[in-house]
Amino acid sequence: MSEAAVKVETETELVKADPKRLSRGRLVWRRFLRNKTAVVGAFGILFLVFLALFGSSILYWKFDDIDTQSFLAPPSESHILGATRAGRDVLALTVRGLGKSLLIGFMVALMSTTIAALVGASAAYLGGWWEKFALWIVDLLLVVPSFFLIAVASRGAPEGDASWIILAVLLAVFAWPLSARVVRSLTLSIREREYVLAAKFMGLSSFRIIVRHILPNASSLLIIDATLGVGYAILSETGLSYFGFGVQPPDTSLGTLIGEGARMATTFPWVFLGPATVLVFLVLCVNAVGDGLRDALDPSSASGGQA
Amino acid sequence: MLRYIGRRLLNYAVLLYVAISLTFVLAATQLNPRALFQLRQPPIEPAIIEQQLLKYNLSDTVPLAERYWIWLTGIFRGYWGSSPLGVDVAEQIQTRMWVSLRLLLIGTLAGIIIGVAIGAWSATRQYKLSDRAITAISLLIISTPAFVVGHLTQIGATWYNNTSRTRTFEFIGETGDVGDYPFADLVDRGQHLLLPTFVLIILGAASMSRIQRNLMLDSLGADYVRTARAKGLRESKAVMKHALRTALIPTGTYFAFSVATMFVGATFTERIFSFPGIGQYGVDTITNRDVFGVVAVTAFAGVCVLAGAVLSDIMVAILDPRVRLQ
Repeated sequence: MSEAAVKVETETELVKADPKRLSRGRLVWRRFLRNKTAVVGAFGILFLVFLALFGSSILYWKFDDIDTQSFLAPPSESHILGATRAGRDVLALTVRGLGKSLLIGFMVALMSTTIAALVGASAAYLGGWWEKFALWIVDLLLVVPSFFLIAVASRGAPEGDASWIILAVLLAVFAWPLSARVVRSLTLSIREREYVLAAKFMGLSSFRIIVRHILPNASSLLIIDATLGVGYAILSETGLSYFGFGVQPPDTSLGTLIGEGARMATTFPWVFLGPATVLVFLVLCVNAVGDGLRDALDPSSASGGQA
Repeated sequence: MLRYIGRRLLNYAVLLYVAISLTFVLAATQLNPRALFQLRQPPIEPAIIEQQLLKYNLSDTVPLAERYWIWLTGIFRGYWGSSPLGVDVAEQIQTRMWVSLRLLLIGTLAGIIIGVAIGAWSATRQYKLSDRAITAISLLIISTPAFVVGHLTQIGATWYNNTSRTRTFEFIGETGDVGDYPFADLVDRGQHLLLPTFVLIILGAASMSRIQRNLMLDSLGADYVRTARAKGLRESKAVMKHALRTALIPTGTYFAFSVATMFVGATFTERIFSFPGIGQYGVDTITNRDVFGVVAVTAFAGVCVLAGAVLSDIMVAILDPRVRLQ
């Protein structure tokens, strides 16, 4: 028995003396988990996504139900967040709007980060006239007030069920320039690395080198950019919808609801407060996860303490 | 040096010209001013609509290139076009830019100063309770859109006005009922400025404090600050003279940029508190299908952004001894 105990002891000693090497993925994961705010944010996002997906089948009221007993009813047992002027349940509407805002947020972030990655990396890798042209387009898009131009363009866009897709594309078109600049400056240093040169001399095409060798090595930046891009996209979309330029009725988003509630915010605040709280919670969660990812992925960050 | 500046300004001019032209094409094809008259009750005769549209160079029966040429040659005579109802666009911008400035001046400047102070202070207390609290609060404010903050303050102000049975907080427009006592005019303006300025300050201070905290953390860890401490400087002096001064250089560029873009206004704040500034005008031009208004607002915003870029470059040259102009 004592022999076994001794053996166990030496083994634990060994583990202490020569800790197992952590893979990069595990390291990032551990650093992320150490950041409690970010973990809470991640759970918050999961909860909201769940609510947006399955909320309509759990809740009693449907978003287009009209309760003729309670026009502008304050929050009560039957309407947890109150009812609108048309007698529709604020909670059901909020869940419906949340779904659209989430969808647009993730779509825009994905599109704009993809454009930023491809344009930024190719501008730095190829150089020449393409780099000049790409940088010039970036400058052009940064000079114009994107908010107004998206509003103008979405005003003339065809109406219908799919009009929110056009809005998402427009938001993405104006969202990528700043990130493309950052990707470009990062690529300028990656371009000179041995593995890129090796791939080049093996005769790989430029496109393959960018996609297979450069972008994976800029992945930390891209992941952070996409995450923070979700928050930015949601804020832009709700801002436009608040003015009535973004998501058009009968479709609804958090911004449309807030805009509707804001007109009587001082007299019937619940129509405004429900969707506004959900929006703030959503953006807060996204920002918290973005900050956590930045700390976890950035090799120079000192935020995590050990490892 | 002069050649460099000249080339840069020329580049900016070309950039601006292309941006404005593209905006014109976008606005002229998307906004359809004809619909503005077609929806009128009682209905207007199509011939009269056409006449009105032709008068202001807005008719889509005229080829786009021709409309563009008329508009472009007009600009050289100082005429930026009119709205479909005949309001001169340039005049609107000239009056409204000062409204925006009056609204934003105190809020923006105070927001930056308070944000810098809070950010720098919390960086010296990294990971202490006060730093964590400030970080959490600023994260919450950054995640709250301006329109939510604006309406929340209005709800709070209405509640206060109702419970105290006073009209302490005013939040519609620039001016209201002026009382009959000395400086009543100023008091009235102050009352109307109070809430929007508060909104601008907390929004500005929250984002600025995050930026300044990161800058300050970088410079606090720098070698020259360690050297300053090692040679025996008092902590306050090492922090203020060596860490804070370098951490303020990027803030200077941000400051210059903010001052230049102040004229463009704060769209949400202006809308919520009914200030007829440029931001509000931009939204109105889009809702009222005012093609030339949209173009003029874009041009004005573009000029401000580029002026901000030039100003911040000058600011860096002044503040940063490492940047030397040959």
